[in-house]
Amino acid sequence: MPETILLSISLSSFIWIVIGLFLMFTSLSIVVLSLTWLERKVLGRLQLRLGPTRTGPMGLMQPIADALKLILKEDIIPASSEKALFWVAPVIVVISAFMIWVTIPGTQSAVIQNLDLGLFYIIAFSVIGILGLVLAGWGSANKYGTLGGLRAAAQLISYEIPIIMVAISVAMLAQSLDLREIVNGQDDYIYFLVQPLGLALFFIAGLAEVGRTPFDIYFAESEIVGGPFVEYSGAHWSVFFLAEYINTFAIAALTVILFFGGWSGPGLTGNWEIIWFLGKVYLVIMVIFWVRGTFPRLRIDQLMAFAWKVMVPMSLLSVVMTAVYQFYEWPAWSLTIMSSAGLAVVGFLIFKRMTAPSRLVAETRTRREALEAQRRAEASTGGD
Amino acid sequence: MTQISENIVPNAEPVEMLLNMGPQHPSTHGVFRMVLWVDGEKIVDVVPHIGYLHRGSEKLCEGEQYNQIITLFDRMDYIANFNNEHVYVRAVEKLMGLEVSERSEYIRVILCELNRIASHMLFIATMGLDAGAMTPSMFCFRGRERIQGLFESVSGARMMHNYFRIGGLKEDVPEDFVQQVREVLDLVKKDTEESDKLLSFNEIFLARLKNIAVMRAEDAVDYGLTGPCLRASGVDYDVRKAAPYSVYDRFDFDVPIGLDGDCWDRYYLRVQEVYQSIRIVEQALEQLPEGDTASSLGRRLLRPPAGEVYVRGENPRGEIGVYLNSDGADRPYRIKVRPPSFCNLSALRHMLKDSWIADSVVILGALDIVLGEVDR
Repeated sequence: MPETILLSISLSSFIWIVIGLFLMFTSLSIVVLSLTWLERKVLGRLQLRLGPTRTGPMGLMQPIADALKLILKEDIIPASSEKALFWVAPVIVVISAFMIWVTIPGTQSAVIQNLDLGLFYIIAFSVIGILGLVLAGWGSANKYGTLGGLRAAAQLISYEIPIIMVAISVAMLAQSLDLREIVNGQDDYIYFLVQPLGLALFFIAGLAEVGRTPFDIYFAESEIVGGPFVEYSGAHWSVFFLAEYINTFAIAALTVILFFGGWSGPGLTGNWEIIWFLGKVYLVIMVIFWVRGTFPRLRIDQLMAFAWKVMVPMSLLSVVMTAVYQFYEWPAWSLTIMSSAGLAVVGFLIFKRMTAPSRLVAETRTRREALEAQRRAEASTGGD
Repeated sequence: MTQISENIVPNAEPVEMLLNMGPQHPSTHGVFRMVLWVDGEKIVDVVPHIGYLHRGSEKLCEGEQYNQIITLFDRMDYIANFNNEHVYVRAVEKLMGLEVSERSEYIRVILCELNRIASHMLFIATMGLDAGAMTPSMFCFRGRERIQGLFESVSGARMMHNYFRIGGLKEDVPEDFVQQVREVLDLVKKDTEESDKLLSFNEIFLARLKNIAVMRAEDAVDYGLTGPCLRASGVDYDVRKAAPYSVYDRFDFDVPIGLDGDCWDRYYLRVQEVYQSIRIVEQALEQLPEGDTASSLGRRLLRPPAGEVYVRGENPRGEIGVYLNSDGADRPYRIKVRPPSFCNLSALRHMLKDSWIADSVVILGALDIVLGEVDR
């Protein structure tokens, strides 16, 4: 019965939870502001630009200016939209994004509510966000929105599977779904060393999960002009934006927790370890921005083929390898070797798949060179 | 009752959706509009709509004096202004039988080839953007900016130059022109190499462009494609080589051709053309003679003899043709332009058949249309 559950929580712990949630909301908002600024600056530097410079020192006030602009903007709701769905979609997306953070620990004690099934909980809630995107696309009664929503459903559900599989193999290594236990389990060696394949799969699938380049297909600016977000403006749109950055941060944080030992690092103790955690997370985020500045966008069929032909089989393999390693109690380096071999296989598959066109180009080049040599020969004989 | 349900769901066939792309769409390169019939993500059919940028340029030409028309030609293909001016002034010169000083012709060729580079750099930038890569566009815009700065120092304007005159040029180039061009060329070469390295052989970029919208050589010829789109299909046809005009026969340059005729060939061919244009400019700078550049006609009113001419030239987008009909007055009786973009666009429907929605953007981008020229 709900009453008893509520009563079973003492008043002080209830207040602590409220304060914790408030802190989480505030700190995540600050993180998002910092991420938008960082992304603009990093991308700017990659692209021979300066990024924002005018708003405050080094453009530091730019995110605040952006936020103010978005909040003050007129919130347009299209006449033909499904009003209820249109309203509820951003709420679903942002709530699921925030809910994930309830159980992600910054340090051993800096967590709002640690759960024994933390990893399971995170994966369950990350799927709910997809519903929001599909509803947004459908509710805005726009064909681009519908296309984007359906793309989002296809893409995110496909890439959910490798994420789950990799999470399972990590949970097998740590013998726990509790994120704190997983971090503590990496005291001897971080799981990146024994599961490089898992890290690669998790990072790639994570990029797809939050729709970062080269997987920004469901809101592809140059094709379907924003996809599910096409009809949103002002505060509604900013909520999607907020959720996207929180999710990016969550994927980076999970990468760090599952593979890079979370907050563990030399020199710091207690809650100061959060500096290690944030440092690692921002490093991963920098890689995400770097990828964004480098790659074009995949096409939806290529994306799906990549998910089902490479990611899913390899993630299954990663689970099997971990299981074998656990069952026979082999030494840790055996898993490293197996996983590295797996990664090599993935690399080879990607290489084979993706360089097929460039082999074609090499072929084309030799053909062209032959053609030109022939033309030159003809020209010289014609001259005689 | 059964009838109603049958009307709602006719049968188990997939339902086609009409998707209106443009005229306000970031990737239709202006105000082009495609009405796509899509089956899921696949394009079943496409109906292109043009005319949103129609300004009646050809009709306007009939009301302007010959020297005033140059500005109108600037505004047709607004990415390659010098090339457009060139073909127009050549048409009038041919009609009047005018001789142009060597120096003028060399400067014209230098500026046209620089404009070709600038135009191709814009193409590479937008091609990257269409495929989702942001960074190459910045690299290319940097190079284009340098060329435009050079144009500004020559003509006073970055885009609408109004610099060529019938029989010569508006004025001679600045004193340090040769040195300026050499400096810019070195930098532009580096910029092109940078974006080339970043984009051309990127795996995802190749996967997006290779074997997309393949045009066989016969089809390309049948559709009247010209320029890089035609050469990508393996047809060795360049007006600069096939019917040399101006002083193009004095330069040693290659005409790159593609073999597969797909979008990637169309892209890569333009990258190679940038290098060839750099070669031409370098040679032209070496050969650049001293002399007079002012028009021999001075500033007097032009009254070409009655008659008609057709002149063609190689624009960055393909073969441009100008038909000029004069009745002896100070204004042309009729001017008709054969714009390369318009003719290239006719192949769009053929190319888009059975492609994906995401491809439509890339295919249109690889055609490299300029709506100012399509609609005129």
